[in-house]
This record gives sequence, C-alpha cells and structure tokens, in this order.
Amino acid sequence: MSVTLNVNGVLRTVPAAPDTPLLYVLRNDLELNAAKFGCGLAQCGACTVLLDGQPIRSCVTPASSAVGHKITTVEGLGTLTAMSVLQQAFVDEQAAQCGYCVAGVMMTAKALLDKKRTPNDAEVRTALAGHLCRCGTHNRIVRAIVKAGQTLAKSASLEAQEVQS
Amino acid sequence: MKRDIFPSVAANPSRRRFFKHGGALAVAFSLAPELLAQGTVSKPPPLPGSLNNNRRLDAWLKIDPAGKVTVFTGKIELGQGILTSLSQIVADELDVPMTRIVMISGDTTLTPDEGVTSGSLSIEFSGIALRYACAETRSLLLDTAAAKLGAPVASLSVSEGIISTGQGTGKSISYWELSKEVSLAHEASAKVQPKPASLHRVIGQSVPRRDIPGKVTGGLAYVQDMRLPGMVFGRVVRPPAPRAKLLSLDLAAIRAMPGVVAVLRDGNFLAVAAEREEQAIKARTAMMEAARWELPNDLPPTGAALYAHLKSVKSQDSVVSTKTSTTAAAGVKTLNAEYTKPFMAHASIGPSCAVAQWNGSQMRVWTHSQGVFPLRTDLVKVLKLAAKDIHVMHREGSGCYGHNGADDVALDAALLARAVKDRPVKLQWMREDEFTWEPYGSAMVVQMRAALDGEGKIVDWQHDLYSHTHSTRPGDTEGCNLLASWHMESPLPQSPSRNIPQPSGGGDRNSVPLYVFPQQKVVNHLLPDMPLRVSALRTLGAYCNVFAAESFMDEMALAAGADPAEFRLRHLADPRAKAVIERVAADAGWKPGAAASTANGVSRGRGIAFAKYKNLAVYVAVIADIEVNRASGVVHVSHLSVAADAGLIINPNGLTNQLEGGCIQSTSWTLREAIAFDKSRVTTRSWADYPALRFADVPAVSVSLINRPTDKSLGVGEGTQGPTVAAIANAFANATGKRLRDIPFTPEKVKAILA
Repeated sequence: MSVTLNVNGVLRTVPAAPDTPLLYVLRNDLELNAAKFGCGLAQCGACTVLLDGQPIRSCVTPASSAVGHKITTVEGLGTLTAMSVLQQAFVDEQAAQCGYCVAGVMMTAKALLDKKRTPNDAEVRTALAGHLCRCGTHNRIVRAIVKAGQTLAKSASLEAQEVQS
Repeated sequence: MKRDIFPSVAANPSRRRFFKHGGALAVAFSLAPELLAQGTVSKPPPLPGSLNNNRRLDAWLKIDPAGKVTVFTGKIELGQGILTSLSQIVADELDVPMTRIVMISGDTTLTPDEGVTSGSLSIEFSGIALRYACAETRSLLLDTAAAKLGAPVASLSVSEGIISTGQGTGKSISYWELSKEVSLAHEASAKVQPKPASLHRVIGQSVPRRDIPGKVTGGLAYVQDMRLPGMVFGRVVRPPAPRAKLLSLDLAAIRAMPGVVAVLRDGNFLAVAAEREEQAIKARTAMMEAARWELPNDLPPTGAALYAHLKSVKSQDSVVSTKTSTTAAAGVKTLNAEYTKPFMAHASIGPSCAVAQWNGSQMRVWTHSQGVFPLRTDLVKVLKLAAKDIHVMHREGSGCYGHNGADDVALDAALLARAVKDRPVKLQWMREDEFTWEPYGSAMVVQMRAALDGEGKIVDWQHDLYSHTHSTRPGDTEGCNLLASWHMESPLPQSPSRNIPQPSGGGDRNSVPLYVFPQQKVVNHLLPDMPLRVSALRTLGAYCNVFAAESFMDEMALAAGADPAEFRLRHLADPRAKAVIERVAADAGWKPGAAASTANGVSRGRGIAFAKYKNLAVYVAVIADIEVNRASGVVHVSHLSVAADAGLIINPNGLTNQLEGGCIQSTSWTLREAIAFDKSRVTTRSWADYPALRFADVPAVSVSLINRPTDKSLGVGEGTQGPTVAAIANAFANATGKRLRDIPFTPEKVKAILA
C-alpha cells in the first residue's frame, strides 16, 4: 500500500494506507514537523495545511483525498535562513508563546493573504475563527498577519513601479 | 534513515564525571541537618536563589575552549521565554554575545535540580543564581588574565569574552583561552556583586526569543517532533471514569490488528504500541469499544449544588491570617457575599506526549514535564529502578499553564517502552484523554464578609475559602502522583493532599489582603477528599481569591459611596501597589463617577482590580472595558489596560507577552470555561464541550510597565490572571448594576441576572 502526494512542490510516495489521515503522513512519513496534532476532530486548527491553496484540517483528511492536489505546509513557505515575509512577520512581532498553534495559523493566514493582499484586523480574526490559541497570543498573531500583508503589498507595488520605469 | 536528533548523554562523559562529584555533594548536604543538630558542622552560608541548593559554579556554567558558554539551568522553556531571559542575564554578567551562549535545561544528568518550573519563580531563582554565578566566574577569569597579562584587574576590560589591557592598544586574552586554567569546580561564594543596572546592555532589551524562528519554520521544536531510530507509536486507553474497574477485554483480537507491536494491560491500565501512529489510534479505538467497565457513581453534584457540597464535606481548617484591634472604629455597615469557581482545565492545545526508551536495565524519558527531577522521583517508585537508571530530559511541549498530563504521559510511555522492550516509544494522548484525565484547577467557594466604619474605611475583613489542594505534582516523599500508577494491578497510593504553605500559599494564595485593615481573618477550608483529580492550574487559588476579594472591594466601595480606584488607594500602604493603580487609571483615563451607558441593547461599563501576585511577585492593576448584550447575554471584553511593576525588567517584550497572554487566558476562563461531569464521569471531551475564547472574541490589551532597575526582578507569568477576572466582574456590575459572583459568566447566567 502506498500513496503518492505532491508536498511543497515535490512528489513523494509513502507506504501508507489510503485512509491514513494526511497529518500522520506529513509528520511521520515525510518528517515534516509543522502541522501538529491538536484534537483529531477539526476543532482547533493546529494541523492546518493548504490543499490547492485552501486551508484544510489534515487530521481528518484521508491521504487518498489529497492525491493529485498540491499540499503546502509551513516548510514550503520558507526556511530558517530564508524566511518568507509571513514567517518573518511572526518573528518580528514575537507572535508566539509556546507556538504549538502557530504553524496551523500561518497556513490559514497564507491562504488569506493570497486571496486578499492587505486584510484588516477584523478580516484576519474572521479568517482565524477555526483556530485556537491557549497562550493568549492572538493579538500578536493578528498584528503579524496584517503587517505581513502590508509588507507584501509594498514590495508588490515597488515591483510594479520598477516594471513601469 | 532516521536521525537521532537529540544528542545522547553518553556523548558528554566529562559532565557525567562532574555529576559523580555532584552526587557526593548532595549526600553531604542531605546529612547536614542531623550534623547541625549535633553541633558538629557549621551551617553553609545561604546563597542567592537556586545557588543555595546547587552551590558549585560548574553546576551552572562551562566555559568552552571552542568559544561557547554553556549554561545549565533546572528551569525549562514552556513558551514563556525563560531561556531567552536567562541568556540575557548571562550575556550581561559575563560580557559575552548572545550568539556564544548555549542553554541546557531540565536534564536529570546535566542540570541543577531546581524542582518545578512554576510559580513565576524562574527569574527570581534561576536568574539570580546565574547573575551571581556569572559575576563570580567573570571575576575568576579576570584574576587569571591579570596574572598572565601582567596588568592589574582594575585596568582590564571585557568585551565579547575578550579581556584587554587597554583601549585597543594593549594585550588581550579570551575566556576561551583561559577556560582550561580557570576552574569552576568549587562552591560559589556569592561575594562578587552582579553588575548594577547602569552597566546592563542586554538586560532590559527586548531581545527576540531564541525559540521562535524554529517554531515558525517547522523546526524540531517539541517532544511531539522527536523521531528515534526504530521508534513505534503508543496510545493509552483510560478508564471511562475515575475509579472505574475493567471487567473484560479480549486482548488477542487487539494484538492481531495491523501494525500492533505490543498491548499492555496492567490492572486497569491499558496501552498499545504500533508501527504507525494511525494504527495505534485504530487499536486504541478498538480497545475502547471492546472493553467492559464497571462505573462507580461517586462524583459530586454539579451546578449550584456543587458549591453547597464543597461547603458541607470534610475539611481541614486553618487560620491563614488573623488580626484584631481594640482601637478600631465600630462597623456601621456590614456586607456578605459568596463567590464561586468551577473545575477548570489547563486544556493545552497539544495533548501531552512523551518518548521513552528502555534498554533492559535503564530508562530514558523525554518529557515536557515542568520538573524532570520530581518526575524522576515518582518514576523510581513505579518502575522500581534506581534513580541513576532513569534519565529524564526536558523537551518542549505546548503551553501547559501548570500541571497537566505531561508527567502522567511520561510514565505511560515508560511502561509501554518496557513492554515493547527494544524500541523507543512515542506516546501522545488523544484530546479526550487530556480533557478527561488531566488534573483540573479545583472548584472553589469564597465567602466574604466585611464592615465599614462611618468614615468609609474597612474595619473588619473576613475571607473563608473552600477548596481542594492546588498541587498534586509528582515528587512527594509519600505515595505517587502519576496517573497510571493508581490504575495498575498493584496500585500505588496517591500522595497525601497538602496545601502549599504561606507566604506563597496554595488554595489560599492571595487570600491575605495586601490592603491594610485593622481587623482581618482568613480561613482556608482544605477539602482532602478529591473525587475529581486536581492540581496546579496557573495561579492556583489566587485566581478565585482575587476574583472574590477584588469584587468585594468594589462592593464595599459602592457601599461607602467611594470611587473604586480611590477606595483601593485609601486602604493601601505599599507605594508600589498604589503606583500601578495610579498608572493604569491614568493610562485608561479612569474618571471617578463616570456613568455606564446602555444603547441599542448593549450596556457598557468598566471596572478596576489589583493584586500583587502571591503578595510576593509582580504588582498588577487592570482596567476592563466590557460590553454586555442584554438580549443574547453575551459579555464581550473589548479592552484591558494593564499596569505592572516587576522590579528590574529583563526583557520588556517577553514580560508584556506574558501579561497579555495571562489577560486573554483569564478572560477565556472567566467567560467560557468549566469542566462538566455527571455522577460517574467527566463529560467534557472535546473543544465543542469547552468553548475557549477564539480570535474574534479576545480583548485588545495595552500594557504599561514600571521599570525599577534597582529592585530585584519579580515573577510575572501569573500576574494578570487574578486582576483580570475581577476587573471584568467589576465592569459587569458597573455596566448593569448587577453583580455576577459565579464563574464562568455565561450567556445563560447573564440573561438570568438581567431578567
């Protein structure tokens, strides 16, 4: 039994039964740490990854249903030495305490920023309705995402100006 | 090829040799009381903070010839940023850059035993120990450098670990070159004073946390992320209720399931290991469905009846504080009120997890326990091994906020590893394991009674609290406090119910008023029988005691016709307490007599509250602005203003993060959280049953810090919890004219009181 998945742009074949929750394939077969087990019930958001750009709960998503789709995890956003704008914003805002919820939150934020470049505070909060944070870092997380959007918009407009000139 | 990502202790033989010495030293000190009684030895001089129990310099520091300073601390990271703050202290006291500091924490073979990381004590105990250890080490390095460079110590300066004789023109030598000549293998003297605040360059700065970059890039950050060669995955099957008994279970059917490596039954304790995690979960589900249990009906009543029950059961009563006066004015107005709080969960977002490895004679355990040494003490009792054969190492988990399932799952993993024999086991609890079996913060009842004189001052204050203990952590000399040990065929008894004594207090934490009253009496009614499992939840009894006392101060202010902020000030003598109240009032634009308002069915109000955590740690005043939707009964906390004085500030951003987080968590507790149960079992099983506050509902929080560089640093991690609940309660009373005295402030209770 095996499943072949497109994870962060790379095709990977793993020896998992098709009904294996995607979360365990990511964490155990592919050794990707970001998505976390929180509840196994799609209630807390800690396991969130993107499937073709849409946030899904990997703890209740069978690996088989992700076949043929593009899966993106935090590891696909950037690395320790080359962080994405979104990851850097979390560092800049010190938007974590324990940080267990943050990887899931960032994937929902990524989907939001791809859809709407500069969301406001309320729009970010609405997008994060399915995520829990128990340390109380919500406001820092929201600030980080709003600022990441502003940074992305600024660099996009600079690029646009360069293209014009 | 799986990587062994966590370096083994065997790779560090020199440290092991040290601990042989350390072990001998510990024996000498444990004998000391008897010898003292015989008058044969003089008492060792007290040393600051945790240095007192871990007295050698090399217990704390190692200067590495390769250009690193290794710091050993018994305090552990739980998302509060302690390893960053401690490294700031080391950077300043030793004059080394942050990038050269390696932090080793919570390891029974490598680090000092600093007990449990709890009570907002890490900066006060580990931080002060490191300040003195580093100051003395720096002085030893300077002495040796002075001899080698032929220059007086006073002429030397240190920058980034390099000792120089002049302004760039003279000779120099580095710590790393000196490391082999300067021995730290002796007791600290604490005679070298740490630097004054005027020389701090890293302390006081918002240095970014060391751990966040890894956490936002999918790094190996948590025990949940550990992978060892050949590792299998474990799950437990808990009884469906406390004290339930297993009647029957066909284990052969479970053993035949795909991937199952081991099935363990020991009395009522059940666990399974499998090659793959999802296989372990499936086997767990099958075991739960197949097991037949006998359930007792022995849980207390729920709702209002719970609180009547708590006041009626057997109690051990002790007077926490009493003060009488023959000169106090007679009371002209007396008020009584009763405040209640339910059982609450830590509800960590990541269920508890541990990794264990058994080699036939020794056990290695990786855990997010708050205390690796106390955990080992209880593991010794269950595993019947010598302490030297159990190596417990801390790895981060998700935020714990006190004693959750971290210690229990470490035993679960160890028992399963022994059953699996030659392969390491990673065992994580499921969500419902955590909700139904973690030790809760005890339900409490607080009865208040106070009298006002004709001048509007309180002349008599009485505070009676009813509560179970707030600490059943592992490590007690008697019994055992690890869950599985109670369920085994040969069970161990639970450790006795004990209250943490004053001045910190347990259930009675913050029950003694900081206000100056001529007469007062505080009584703790400790309830020793614990049908529901309880232990330390962030602030212990302080959350409910501050809720009650600070709500009641508001009720007394109202009765006196006084402004609640001014009423508090008139009863305080401590200038630092007054200062935080004055600061928060200024920040929030507090106006005496400002009217609450109601428009479009929404009542708005604000309230103030104050506490000095444990009466020993950070001073905090909070003003809450809230909105009450009268039709839906929903309370929304829109804004919390905080003023805090924690003495010398190590890291302002880290401090602010802790205060903000405490505010938001306390808001969630206050509005939403209660563990539900019926006659036999806990019925809170998932987040659907435990509706913690979410992003759209959290208050804005603004924090104002009062830095006092010449005062010692005070613990902050639990400082806002108590003042926040009381400020919200007082804001509700201000908004509606009605007072909520029963947590949580659910829509049902709000609608009932406004009806």
